[in-house]
Amino acid sequence: MATPWYRRISEGLAKSRGRLEGQLNVLVGRGPDLDVAFWEDLEDVLVGADIGVAAVTDIVERLRDTASRKALPDAESVIEHLAEEIASEFPTDVSDPLAVSPVVILVVGVNGTGKTTTIGKLAKEAVDAGRSVLLGSADTFRAAAIEQLDIIAERASVPVISRERGADPAAVTFDTVVAANERRPDLTLIDTAGRLHTSADLMKELQKVQRVAKRETLAPVMTLLVMDATTGQNGLAQARKFDAALKLDGIVLTKLDGTAKGGIAVAIVRELGLPVVRVGIGEGIDDLKPFVAEEFARALIGRG
Amino acid sequence: MFQNLSERLQSIFADLTGRGRLSEADVDTAMREIRLALLEADVNFKVVKSFVERVRQRTVGAEVSKSLTPGQTVVRIVLEELTSLLGETESRLILTSRIPGIVMLVGLQGSGKTTAAAKLANHLRKQGKRPILIACDIYRPAAIDQLESLGRELDIPVFRGEGTDVEAIAKAGVKEAIASMRDLAIVDTAGRLHVDEKMMDEAARVKAALKPDQVLMVVDAMTGQDAVTAAAAFSERVDFDGVIMSKLDGDARGGAALSIREVTGKPIVFAGVGERLDALEPFHPDRMAKRILGMGDVVTLIEKATEAADADLTEEMEERLRKAEFTFDDFLLQLTHLKKMGGIGDMLKMLPGAGHFKDLDAAEIDERQLDRVAAIIRSMTAEERANPKLLNGSRRERIARGAGVTVFDVNQLVKQFNQARKLMKQLQSGGPGKKKRGGFGMPGGMRLPS
Repeated sequence: MATPWYRRISEGLAKSRGRLEGQLNVLVGRGPDLDVAFWEDLEDVLVGADIGVAAVTDIVERLRDTASRKALPDAESVIEHLAEEIASEFPTDVSDPLAVSPVVILVVGVNGTGKTTTIGKLAKEAVDAGRSVLLGSADTFRAAAIEQLDIIAERASVPVISRERGADPAAVTFDTVVAANERRPDLTLIDTAGRLHTSADLMKELQKVQRVAKRETLAPVMTLLVMDATTGQNGLAQARKFDAALKLDGIVLTKLDGTAKGGIAVAIVRELGLPVVRVGIGEGIDDLKPFVAEEFARALIGRG
Repeated sequence: MFQNLSERLQSIFADLTGRGRLSEADVDTAMREIRLALLEADVNFKVVKSFVERVRQRTVGAEVSKSLTPGQTVVRIVLEELTSLLGETESRLILTSRIPGIVMLVGLQGSGKTTAAAKLANHLRKQGKRPILIACDIYRPAAIDQLESLGRELDIPVFRGEGTDVEAIAKAGVKEAIASMRDLAIVDTAGRLHVDEKMMDEAARVKAALKPDQVLMVVDAMTGQDAVTAAAAFSERVDFDGVIMSKLDGDARGGAALSIREVTGKPIVFAGVGERLDALEPFHPDRMAKRILGMGDVVTLIEKATEAADADLTEEMEERLRKAEFTFDDFLLQLTHLKKMGGIGDMLKMLPGAGHFKDLDAAEIDERQLDRVAAIIRSMTAEERANPKLLNGSRRERIARGAGVTVFDVNQLVKQFNQARKLMKQLQSGGPGKKKRGGFGMPGGMRLPS
């Protein structure tokens, strides 16, 4: 069943999968007794994947319910159901905001999640699909962010609109969107400076950027939150604040190629209903893939 | 929003009055809460397990002292255990007498190594070092440009080597340090996903080539359960000496600090607390313990206040306070200090129980009010500031226009200011014995217009 990209994750996760799988196997090894300790251990395994206590408690409760309702005979069958339970948390039939043409995508997130890298990958993906791309460099704060995007643009052979460091990000956004209106690329990607969601001023700056983009563009504007898969429970606070400020259209989960499973996405989806539109599974420019809930869920519990 | 652990434990034990020893049943409930609090703070679940077990053993049968309630007793035990786990005292960066001293930074991608390198250089320069930054991240596009740009900002030299041989670049950097009479070299390396053997290997080789005094791992405070995996991998392959926690200025509880300490035994040495290049602080285990439990950080708050307030000016101001000659200029000065302390938002976060405010964005609103008050005062003439009695109707109208507020706002500020002054006078007439050192606080009764 496994698709090629999924195998990539599987390989990347080999170690941790072994670890988690080992844990689950220990659970299975308990035999048919679904005792209190079994459920507690199961909770630990899921909490260990960063799903978060609240979501885990709920998922396990439902699983217990299913177990008794369907008279699941043993631990193995319970764990089989687990992946389904987790996958069912994600919304189905989500349209891909990146497939719209033309579209302006605003890429936001806290510092160091991989926004600029993700833009490079999204640009490559679009170019490979024969779509035209324009980049906007609205991260005017971080040292050398503009240079980094320049290099990325060059590698993907796409044009980039930028100003000097320290310029008003809304102004760069304006330039980019105006250029997009003229050149009519299929996909316009705007990079923004990483910022902590707790910084009210910087969140306002971002609202302004979004406002300008929406006001000036002829295309729909979508806002994607880039989140590092290693993020813990603070990821929920991040998603809440960014969504409250900007009304997000989706999440890109990066660095899934590490040992981190990105379980926080489960917690976020449960609360905010945001779709995960892409996952970053490697350092290569092609290592950005569509999100498939079932596969993600199975990887999460080490049952690929 | 959940309560902080302290409050939760207090309510669990609310029924339990008087002294005596804590029963096993009481303790069980408390331990569940502690477990939950730690997991919500991203402490690794295995670490949580062993930690809770340790606390349980100490708690069952613990004597409830006269001065503390049972809830407070448990909180005290938890805090003590947490603090001792995080390291009893603050750890300092230990450099040998070798010149140049070498500090190497390693960490996962996006953890903030490059920024930390610049901040560290700035921090150590303040302590009399002459640092140079060595750029060894040859993989991430423009990473070297980033370090160079930060170096320019700080006026600290940055060495960038040629080619792709990272060991050679690092060595050449140290040579350059010697040639340019620098006594400290800070080496920024490429970020890596710790599963990447090749990159891990490179870090190990650079370390072997440079034999740095200290290898510091930069860890994002927002990291979840995987922090232990990363730390263990780095510990095994590169064997770092300490940790810099980055992005602690957000609202992440930073449980990763606890996990890393427990799993690797390595101390947390510095904390990155803001975007500015001076936002690097020594790490305080006791304060971190409280933060992990959501109990606020009053000590840091006080320290920030002390740091921000210019000692001389404050004394002068106090003198005027005593004579009830407090002026608008003094008030403006206090506002500026408040801003220097990182603004109301930062301060709120450090207060116990601040969790309650998180959704309110109260801080944000207040910040704007502060600006408005400052604008009103700045629209006054020097005379008016010193002598508020001058403020008649037309002056107030002019000030309101200048500050872009309504006369009502100006009136309100003046009214509150006068009330505060009056209060000062009353306090003074209460006799010198009653005199309270105002220290930093706003004069009593002074409220911002709402």
